[in-house]
Amino acid sequence: MHDAASGVVPYHAHQFDDAEQQYQTSTLGMWLFLGQEVLFFGAVFATYFYYFFLYPDAFEAASNHLSLTLGAFNTVVLIGSSLTMVFAVHAAQHGTKRAQMAWLVATMILGIVFLCVKAYEYTHKFHEGLVPGELFTYHGPDAPQHQLFLCLYFAMTGLHALHMIIGIGILAALVLLANRDWFNAGYYSPVEMTGLYWHFVDLVWIFLFPLLYLIGRH
Amino acid sequence: MTETVVHEAHDASVNYLNADYGVRSWLFTKDHKRIGLLYLASITVFFALGGLAALMIRLDLLTPAGDLVRDDTYNKLFTMHGVVMIFLFLIPSIPAVIGNFVLPLMIGARDLAFPRLNLASWYIFNIGALFAAWALLAGGIDTGWTFYTPYSTMSSNSNVLSGAFGAFITGFASILTGVNFIATIHRMRAPGLTWNRLPLFVWAMYATSIIFILGTPVIAITLLLMMIERAFHIGLFDPALGGDPILFQHLFWFYSHPAVYIMILPSMGVISEIITCFSRNRIFGYSFIAASSIAIALIGFLVWGHHMFVSGQSANASLIFSLLSFFVAIPSAIKVFNWTATLYRGSVRLQAPMVYALGFIGLFTIGGLTGLFLSTLATDVHLHDTYFVVAHFHYIMVGGALMGYLGAIHFWWPKMTGRLYNETLAKIAAIIVFVGFNLTFFPQFVLGFLGMPRRYHVYPDEFQVLNVFSTAGASILGIGYLLPVLYLIWSMRYGPKAEANHWGAVGLEWQTSSPPPTENFDHTPVVTSEPYDYREPVEVKKVA
Repeated sequence: MHDAASGVVPYHAHQFDDAEQQYQTSTLGMWLFLGQEVLFFGAVFATYFYYFFLYPDAFEAASNHLSLTLGAFNTVVLIGSSLTMVFAVHAAQHGTKRAQMAWLVATMILGIVFLCVKAYEYTHKFHEGLVPGELFTYHGPDAPQHQLFLCLYFAMTGLHALHMIIGIGILAALVLLANRDWFNAGYYSPVEMTGLYWHFVDLVWIFLFPLLYLIGRH
Repeated sequence: MTETVVHEAHDASVNYLNADYGVRSWLFTKDHKRIGLLYLASITVFFALGGLAALMIRLDLLTPAGDLVRDDTYNKLFTMHGVVMIFLFLIPSIPAVIGNFVLPLMIGARDLAFPRLNLASWYIFNIGALFAAWALLAGGIDTGWTFYTPYSTMSSNSNVLSGAFGAFITGFASILTGVNFIATIHRMRAPGLTWNRLPLFVWAMYATSIIFILGTPVIAITLLLMMIERAFHIGLFDPALGGDPILFQHLFWFYSHPAVYIMILPSMGVISEIITCFSRNRIFGYSFIAASSIAIALIGFLVWGHHMFVSGQSANASLIFSLLSFFVAIPSAIKVFNWTATLYRGSVRLQAPMVYALGFIGLFTIGGLTGLFLSTLATDVHLHDTYFVVAHFHYIMVGGALMGYLGAIHFWWPKMTGRLYNETLAKIAAIIVFVGFNLTFFPQFVLGFLGMPRRYHVYPDEFQVLNVFSTAGASILGIGYLLPVLYLIWSMRYGPKAEANHWGAVGLEWQTSSPPPTENFDHTPVVTSEPYDYREPVEVKKVA
């Protein structure tokens, strides 16, 4: 398909005049998508802040149910995965296939480590009777507010984890495509767009970590 | 790679409808025109379902005792009517059907920016819609389309979970459409088509897409939190468990008020196209109409609290929301005045789309002005939750959005199908809709002012006369909606073939054949003049 003479790149979609227009359009589309993601998480952040201002003391106390060590560890893991993602995009832009695949796999591994720690934390909450609903057994002061905090904790980190799982799935697809020489120095926008998404999901965690894990520590 | 060759080889008798046959060629199509028609089929079914619920409601209200259905059935009927008409019909109506079809044509593009996402949005919409429809039909939902907590989460015994989940899913279809439209409008315009040459329908689609992107994710989270509360009995919104039901209302209306503009802005765009074409006049105040669409989209995000004047939100918040709500009237009035000014000294042709457009202007004006009654704090306390509110938003949603949708269908039908419908029948249907609509909803203003509350199925005897008027109007309205379904379907097979530019309009979509070829244009058009340049008479010509 690649016809160098006419300047047509492979995987050029028919609705675009040239590769430049295609690249610009997909970049804009990705940013618009991330714009809706901001509002998506924004609504649940707004709910969090509303109840935090309503019950500041209970939320600070409830924050101590969470493990600071595990949260901090996961923060480092995620920031590390953003770094490996940057390297993957860089390698894709320079058309170095092996490096690109290695960095993509590294990003996936760090993402999976994050999810494993998260799963461990969830299981731990389950054993402690801190899962909201029928299984909630905490009966200390402000129990309903503690339950509210933990419910928001599960909702926010759960949505975040869902985004991570989708991201890891996309990374796996990119690895397979890269292996089939799908990308080159002239066509790498799927890798770059995935990078944008991955950084956004990391950024959400950068807000989640202080709001959920740190508010109770003085 | 072989595009130029394809263009030269294009045969005028091949168009997007006959380029490929079979169910597969439709279900896996990435052509924006075919996806528009797929959406048309889906939402027509849901319009019929919502209309059936409306018919049952009106029949029940014929007598003060509400003899047709029981109380809980009545609750399920008005919920079905609301959920179906809003989430499954009005929100996708003009953007997903007309926008999908004409937006790329209007800007001289071969397709939307992301054709696969476009097809995905249709599937997502249908999955969500079937979920919601199943919930509404098998057992029903009795919360009203607003799903207010804590009733929806702690008390209701109906299918709230699956219904809300359906609405949640359809939201993602809206988001994909919004992303697709904005990316397309920014990057895919034909050479010479600058921002101040864009058709006003495209501006309206842009403004609508802003709301799709900024509003829809919020309702998604709101419904999700509501579903969590209902499924696990956690006090996210239930005051008995430490939650706050007012927060649910804030989050709900943060989307659902702008959603009103999702429904009306596209219609306003349609009206700008029709008014210019059928008055043979350039649009009056182009930049003001374009900017007012964006202004409505943005101000629309700041007024949601006017739904909550009696909910217990702070008096100061109500005061500010009331003031901000008045601001929406400014861009809306700018549009109405500019349309009327466009008509001035134009050569008006009263063809079917124009009858709808003129109907829109009148009905939207009534709907808009009565909105001011409701954004005034003191009068709203009296009118809140009465039939006055019901009449007001039906003047906007049906008198405005739906009239615009029908106008658009009639205006672009020759382009979409390549066939002509019966003009006389179409005009009669438009007039029936206008008369039936007013007979249905004008009495409801009076009923509401006299104090008849909404969502009740029994009422005092003195309200019966006006309710009988309303039900009679609804039957007339029903005929007005049935007629177009019949003659439009008839025209697809037996209608005379349409010329490329049936109305003699100047938009780019009329420069290609009817129906257009799959790739829209044989050669990418180049735009050299302002939009709506109707000063020179346009020849009706067939572009091969």
